[in-house]
Amino acid sequence: MKLGILINEGPYQHQASDTALQFVKSAIKKGHEIYRVFFYNDGVNNATRFATPPQDDRNITKEWSALAIEHNIDMVVCVAAAQRRGILDKGEAERNGKDSDNIEEGFRISGLGQLVEAGIQADRLITFGD
Amino acid sequence: MSMLHTVNKSPFENSSISSCLAMCTNDSSVLFIEDGVISVMKSTKFSDLIMDSLSKYKIYALKPDLEARGLSLDNVIDGVEIVGYDEFVDLTTEHDSVQSWL
Repeated sequence: MKLGILINEGPYQHQASDTALQFVKSAIKKGHEIYRVFFYNDGVNNATRFATPPQDDRNITKEWSALAIEHNIDMVVCVAAAQRRGILDKGEAERNGKDSDNIEEGFRISGLGQLVEAGIQADRLITFGD
Repeated sequence: MSMLHTVNKSPFENSSISSCLAMCTNDSSVLFIEDGVISVMKSTKFSDLIMDSLSKYKIYALKPDLEARGLSLDNVIDGVEIVGYDEFVDLTTEHDSVQSWL
């Protein structure tokens, strides 16, 4: 089955990103296809490669990134939510005159249409949030 | 149309549980995750609500979240099914849609 995932919460709010990650790992193990993971609102904070948590703390950004690369998962960050929170890819950094970009490998920045499309194309859309 | 409802907040924190149960129909199931798992403990002021609901809907609680909070599985209300992430995935695919009460 094709599953869409929506994450509305950052890595240090409650537990949404962690729950979603475990859910996605189980879904892949069971043979389901992850159509897309969409990061919205404070969920976009999961996508910064500049976060440097202590070594004995879980690094959820790295975990998402590794999972996406290994299983070729489309992970989309909402552009409007990202700009507000300083999450930029190379193109957005140049366009906005910033000195660097900070998006982690495996994530891409795009628009809300990608969430709508996931809602239409996926068999189920599961929301993890605040 | 069958629907899986997920509740991720403690019943002592907000009213998701009563909103959720008010919207449930006969083919609904409720899965408690994250802080929501507190809802299925015995001897709280919400225990009766859960026990009444068990006769109408299937009720599940996520085991890793119970364990992460030090909640003993022995104190889970009888009839509540304790599941892992694999069963969480199965529940989402077995129901026609998923409603997350946030």
